[in-house]
Amino acid sequence: MFEIKTKTKIAPDIFRFEIYAPLIAKKFQAGQFIVLRPLESSERVPLTIMKANREAGTITLIVKAIGLSTRQLAELKEGDAVADLLGPLGKPSEIGKFGTVVVVGGGVGTAVAFAVAQTLKEAGNRIIIISGARDQSFVILEDDLREISDELIMATDDGSYGVKGFVTELLKDLYRKGEQIDRVIAAGPLPMMKLIADITREHGTPTIVSLNPIMVDGIGMCGGCRALVNGKIVFVCVDGPEFDAHQVDFDSLMRRNNAYRDIEQEKEHACKLDAQIEEMKRA
Amino acid sequence: MPNDLPLKERMQIARHVMPAQDAQVRITNFDEVNLGFTPELAREEAMRCLQCKDAPCSQGCPVHVHIPDFINQIVEGDMLKAADVLLQDNLLPAICGRVCPQEKFCESRCVLGKKGLPVAIGSLERYTADATANQRAARPVGDLPPATGRKVALIGSGPASLACAGDLIRMGHAVTVFEALHAFGGVLVYGIPEFRLPKRIVEYEVNVLRRLGVRFEKNVVIGMTLTLNELMADQGYDAVFIGAGAGLPHFLGVPGEELIGIYSSNELLTRVNLMKAYQSGAVTPIFSYQDKTVAVFGAGNTALDSARTALRLGAKKVHIIYRRSEEEMPARHEEVLHAKEEGVEFTFLAAPLEFIDNGQGWLKGVRLQRMQLGEPDQSGRRSPVPIEGSEFTMELDLAVIAIGNSSNPLLRDTPGLQFTRRGTLEVGENSLQTTKKGVFAGGDIVTGGATVISAMGAGRQAAQEINRYLLELNQPAG
Repeated sequence: MFEIKTKTKIAPDIFRFEIYAPLIAKKFQAGQFIVLRPLESSERVPLTIMKANREAGTITLIVKAIGLSTRQLAELKEGDAVADLLGPLGKPSEIGKFGTVVVVGGGVGTAVAFAVAQTLKEAGNRIIIISGARDQSFVILEDDLREISDELIMATDDGSYGVKGFVTELLKDLYRKGEQIDRVIAAGPLPMMKLIADITREHGTPTIVSLNPIMVDGIGMCGGCRALVNGKIVFVCVDGPEFDAHQVDFDSLMRRNNAYRDIEQEKEHACKLDAQIEEMKRA
Repeated sequence: MPNDLPLKERMQIARHVMPAQDAQVRITNFDEVNLGFTPELAREEAMRCLQCKDAPCSQGCPVHVHIPDFINQIVEGDMLKAADVLLQDNLLPAICGRVCPQEKFCESRCVLGKKGLPVAIGSLERYTADATANQRAARPVGDLPPATGRKVALIGSGPASLACAGDLIRMGHAVTVFEALHAFGGVLVYGIPEFRLPKRIVEYEVNVLRRLGVRFEKNVVIGMTLTLNELMADQGYDAVFIGAGAGLPHFLGVPGEELIGIYSSNELLTRVNLMKAYQSGAVTPIFSYQDKTVAVFGAGNTALDSARTALRLGAKKVHIIYRRSEEEMPARHEEVLHAKEEGVEFTFLAAPLEFIDNGQGWLKGVRLQRMQLGEPDQSGRRSPVPIEGSEFTMELDLAVIAIGNSSNPLLRDTPGLQFTRRGTLEVGENSLQTTKKGVFAGGDIVTGGATVISAMGAGRQAAQEINRYLLELNQPAG
């Protein structure tokens, strides 16, 4: 039983879950993810793991209720169990003593950014975290990030909290200030990761991105998560999710991630209609 | 028809074709295509069997089902006995009767086939299993031998593991099947479509094993959630069987394959079968096939399953594109026949050169090249040779790649396990033991993509070998 131990709303439509999954908690290494089905009728949703508590046997997930299945998850309560939870999946993040590492997290990508930053900090690196949000209401995980970083730059697009600006601009600022950056790790929306790759390429900084493509099984079976890296097809679920940012073909990945958007919106529309009809029947 | 019909008259009976849904009707639904024999048809077909003493059909069967015996019981009208004869050798008769390529195995050896058409052994197997399903489910589980105290872990819940589990539990061992996905049956649930193998049949077989005491655990991917070493050292499993299948889809490796609208047959079939995208209300999205032109690359069962799935999702036109000729098609004969009846179009001796972009990253078509057959290759099939200057273009909306799978990579880093260059697991030819002591393997992870019945055969052979291994563990050393 994968019981939801705690559930906290941390921003509009963004939830923090602690779920009981002792085998996964025991095995988890930074950078890995799980595939979850909230209900028997749900899709399989891939989500990165923020952290694990081995003693309690729990894993922490940050979920944005953005599609049908993530909304189904968001509707579950503490004490409920999710139908299926598989993991940990994917290769762990490469950990080493690199020097100064800038970790950039955007949106729910901040979860995996936290995991990687924490482990790199423990490995003796100096950690600068840039965490971006649209506005103050979307700022998440600030306390967690502060605890594991040497420097934390909280940023909002509109300046309503922390520094004003996109994470990409703040990264450029670090370079401008002459900061010696030995490695950059980025996790967040694809357009953000693409821009970061462009910036760090100019500076020749080794850069790793954590990709978040469409997946079905998560164990290498369907090939739905494939991406072009260095001109070759890779399966993000088993070969990744982390890759050399300078070799990823972001454009084809963005197209693939959008491929089902229209269909999902239609389905969502149909669902809302069904719900309305149900409500009218009840009334 | 009397039971003692003389041989000569038996030989006069024409082979019976199993009733099926009309082709035009069935392409509008996902219900099973074949409807099964009626009792009358089954008995008449059974009467055709000459009861050959040397039973060449049995020899042609990878698990050596006593075919004349079970057919004789159909003639006698004792269906439960017929089923029991089948079950001695084949634990999954309802499944094999539906998906086994009988024309390559048992039916290819039938004496009647020399001058006419062989006995419809597969259809009779299916009939026997279906006709007795309720009775078998209602009868008590027979006595199992006393528990040996040995524990065996089976990795994957496809046909190899199911067959292996059935034998091991009957030998008195404790058996746990570990499955990564959320449903049990492996390729039987994610790969083979409902219209060819209804999922209730797979569920039935899994429940048979559950009643016998086999434990099934989902959401465990060995190599990630638990390692082989943990299973054996921490959880006390005395032996492990790896039946994880061949799951990693191959792509063509031609330019433009990253375009949207191109995907693997595994993705299409997983979305449709496992995630039930064919049912209205299912949440897993699927590209719209309505009035689309679709090409499926490949000519095995998976390719045909994909093509016929595309038709049922509303495709206007579905092409199978294969670089060899019809004769070399690896698909099951009946599926080719059914696909043709349903209007799938076949383009033989053509291979893709590149996919064409519609300008927005979506598939618009494919450039193909005609081939001719040259010398036989390693597989014994004549290999395709390109014909210069024969390029042509086909307009497409969607493309499905169904050219085979290699073994899943998740176990490859396990210390002690050795893999071949093709990525399959190295095992002893007779022992089926891997390079790691106490760890056995069988099915597609050893052979590469093959058939359900071969996987079952390997699972059963492994059960014998595991049993022997476990008994030897009991012998004092020295």
